[in-house]
Amino acid sequence: MTSQAVGWLTGSLTSAHPLTAAARSTTLTVPGWPGNDAGQHVDVRLTAPDGYQAVRSYSIASAGPGEEIELAIDRLPDGEVSPFLVDDLELGDTVELRGPLGGWFVWRPEQTQPVQLIAGGSGVVPFVAMTRAHASVGSTVPMQLLYSLRTPEDAFFRDELSQPTATVRTTWHYTGAVPPGWSRSAGRLTVEDLQRETLPPEKAPLTYICGPTGFVEAVSRALISLGHAPDAIRTERFGGT
Amino acid sequence: MAVFGGRRGDDNPALPPGQHLTASFPVLSAGPTPSIDTEDWEFFIQTETGQTHRWNWDKFLALPSEDITVDIHCVTSWSKFGTRWRGVSLDTLFSEVETGFDFVMAHSYGGYTTNLPRQELLDGKAWIAYEYGGSELDPEHGGPARLLVPHLYFWKSAKWVRGLVMQSEDNPGFWEEYGYNLHGDPWREERYS
Repeated sequence: MTSQAVGWLTGSLTSAHPLTAAARSTTLTVPGWPGNDAGQHVDVRLTAPDGYQAVRSYSIASAGPGEEIELAIDRLPDGEVSPFLVDDLELGDTVELRGPLGGWFVWRPEQTQPVQLIAGGSGVVPFVAMTRAHASVGSTVPMQLLYSLRTPEDAFFRDELSQPTATVRTTWHYTGAVPPGWSRSAGRLTVEDLQRETLPPEKAPLTYICGPTGFVEAVSRALISLGHAPDAIRTERFGGT
Repeated sequence: MAVFGGRRGDDNPALPPGQHLTASFPVLSAGPTPSIDTEDWEFFIQTETGQTHRWNWDKFLALPSEDITVDIHCVTSWSKFGTRWRGVSLDTLFSEVETGFDFVMAHSYGGYTTNLPRQELLDGKAWIAYEYGGSELDPEHGGPARLLVPHLYFWKSAKWVRGLVMQSEDNPGFWEEYGYNLHGDPWREERYS
């Protein structure tokens, strides 16, 4: 496990690009950052000129050593911090960061179990970090991703996840609208979808689920009904109920 | 340079440092939501002598209960004001428990654990809650019953609680093993260890 810097560090925005109409990749250079495991998150603190501060937690899309971290931030319609990070933060601007945080919803290269990742919407971010860690250490552990999203335009990191050289196969699932020529119709993930597209209980996978609360509840219930052990399922939820 | 404006609506003396208000009720759990039938439910307190005090659902509901309206604070920085619960005070549950140990490990269905000093559970500060907002507690929020310790960060309020084991030392629970603070006072921002 990487160590944790508990104080606030200052990071500056060194590159950024849009991921979707509502989301942006922001790469920050953070002197003193101790590196992070795949799946960890970080607190970001913004300070207004009068001293007012706001803090939010974000999953980190990158993994490993080094002082650069990539965040993939979705603009929440009523958000206070995310609109600023997506729309306003300019190259060279600084924010404060605390982390890395969380040691449970992570994948470490020494893990030997097959891994099934299941993402709902922007819940894919920690899994991008895991697929990158998997590739960068040359892991031979089977790892695959089922990525459920509303429409093709909502995809984060499509090119990277679709690369023929990717060590992790991504299966795409659309709940609102499908791409032209797609063989399946749009709809929520069903038990049958999960049975067809995820590693079965016989392979004894460790399954990670990340997404909105309703998505995580539905998918984890379905996996248990398919025979997966509850303690072989790790979850991370976001959003209210 | 971009200048952060912020919303300021959160400039409220009832809000601990580093927190912001939410109107929704976010769910954070490390694993699947366990399904627990109240027929099978029990709550226990186990002491250092090996003695275990047990309550099944009927016995538990027969105890005096209280309406509780409290603010809650999650370490992920959201706070929610004026949440309404019904539950049994830990003072009531501890009234017949004799122990010399000063610390408690709370255990949940599903395997979650969290550690607390015994004194943080007494004197009207903590409950086993079984109703939220006038209805039975939803499984995803910890039903049928959860620990409610609102003056500490909410990970201490173990969902699906099934028992308390007295311990002589403040051994860490689940999130505490992963770098979260042993105590978790939001007013002192005891988030991480």
